[in-house]
Amino acid sequence: MELFILFLSAILVNNFVLSRFLGICPFLGVSKKVETAVGMGMAVTFVMTLASMISYMVYNWILVPLKIEYLYTIAFILVIASLVQFVEMVIQKVSPTLYQALGVYLPLITTNCAVLGVAVLNMNEGYNLIQSIVHGVGAALGFTLAIVLFAGIRERIENNNILTAFQGFPIALITAGLMSIAFLGFQGLL
Amino acid sequence: MDITSIVYPVISIGGLGILFGAGLGYASKKFAVEVDERIPKVRELLPGANCGGCGFAGCDAFAKAVVEGTVSPSGCSVNTMESTEAIAAFMGLKVEQTEKKVAVVKCKGTCDKSKNKYEYYGITDCRDAALIPGGGAKSCSYGCLGLGSCKKVCPFGAIKIEDGIAVIDEEKCTACGNCVKACPKAVIELVPVTKQVRVLCNSLDKGKEVKESCSVGCIGCRMCVKVCEYGAMDFENNLAHVNYEKCTQCMACVKKCPTKAICGEILSEEVQAS
Repeated sequence: MELFILFLSAILVNNFVLSRFLGICPFLGVSKKVETAVGMGMAVTFVMTLASMISYMVYNWILVPLKIEYLYTIAFILVIASLVQFVEMVIQKVSPTLYQALGVYLPLITTNCAVLGVAVLNMNEGYNLIQSIVHGVGAALGFTLAIVLFAGIRERIENNNILTAFQGFPIALITAGLMSIAFLGFQGLL
Repeated sequence: MDITSIVYPVISIGGLGILFGAGLGYASKKFAVEVDERIPKVRELLPGANCGGCGFAGCDAFAKAVVEGTVSPSGCSVNTMESTEAIAAFMGLKVEQTEKKVAVVKCKGTCDKSKNKYEYYGITDCRDAALIPGGGAKSCSYGCLGLGSCKKVCPFGAIKIEDGIAVIDEEKCTACGNCVKACPKAVIELVPVTKQVRVLCNSLDKGKEVKESCSVGCIGCRMCVKVCEYGAMDFENNLAHVNYEKCTQCMACVKKCPTKAICGEILSEEVQAS
């Protein structure tokens, strides 16, 4: 039950994009089409899940016993960067179209603060391995949910007649703000 | 200090790095994707400045488009003629001769030759200054503001700000057109590099107003139009233009221009021959 609450809170209440404001770059960059948004969400989910698992192992099984916890940022970034490289290779092989569509944002997952954020949060909250993985999956699904919903809205915005001054990014930012307010409603859930 | 406090971090982080590196190395073999091998070869022959002058995202994207056949190798204005020909030969294409161009700032209004309407203390960027009533501090509202927006976008370091106006180093300029897009006054133009006769004024004002604001502006006297034997001078909106298809570089207009707004140097024979 506790794990379920953790999972749900990571998706809805503490949504990484809309409540914690992490990972805004891909959220705005790759949200023009639902398809690419789903692809990005999947890539981030894969990276985040593995990153939260491996960074837990690296932190608790290597850094803590050796008393070099202060190196956690470097160690986590090392883990994330390697994972992203790996995901990039896999996507290039499996789906070149998705690789094209994600473009520069794929290597940018490396610097996606949501991924580093989940690793650091796991460490700060003192989650165990299972909790870390559940939190990681939840956070990633929350990211996917936010980016896919946002992409759906943006696709519709494309067909609307918007004031010239608001076209493109301004209206996207306003939409993101409104979505964030809407997600605030989940605050009472837990 | 304990030596282990140095050794442990080095070993653990280094070990992790080697471990992940080995994993990635294995994965790159396993998931290797065959890329069209012509793309890197074409890419090597491109300048690699990623200026975006061709309209693509960078040299890699341009190389891909060349290999796919959607664009001609001469689409890159920055490349030297030899490299463009090498790409064309490599791809089995014929290259059409495109004339090498160079960017020119159509303004001679340096600090001593034109005045300021007011002191500008805003952001050092022409695009900001041009939004202020009066279109910037310069007395001539068509002239170069000299705040260096073009300098910032030039990927080749060919633009300097000297004495209040932008000056382009023609040796370094590759005619990528970034500065033309950046200039809010549209004072920069691409002209053929071999044609030296240039009207260095952008003002559409009438003669009297030009005289008041700048001593080297085109006052619209039409002397150049009258003196040109080849009909190469066009005159529109109080400003002279050179029609480079007709111009023979006789320099009659350069000698005649009362304000010296038309400039031209007699080229060495070597350049003229090429």
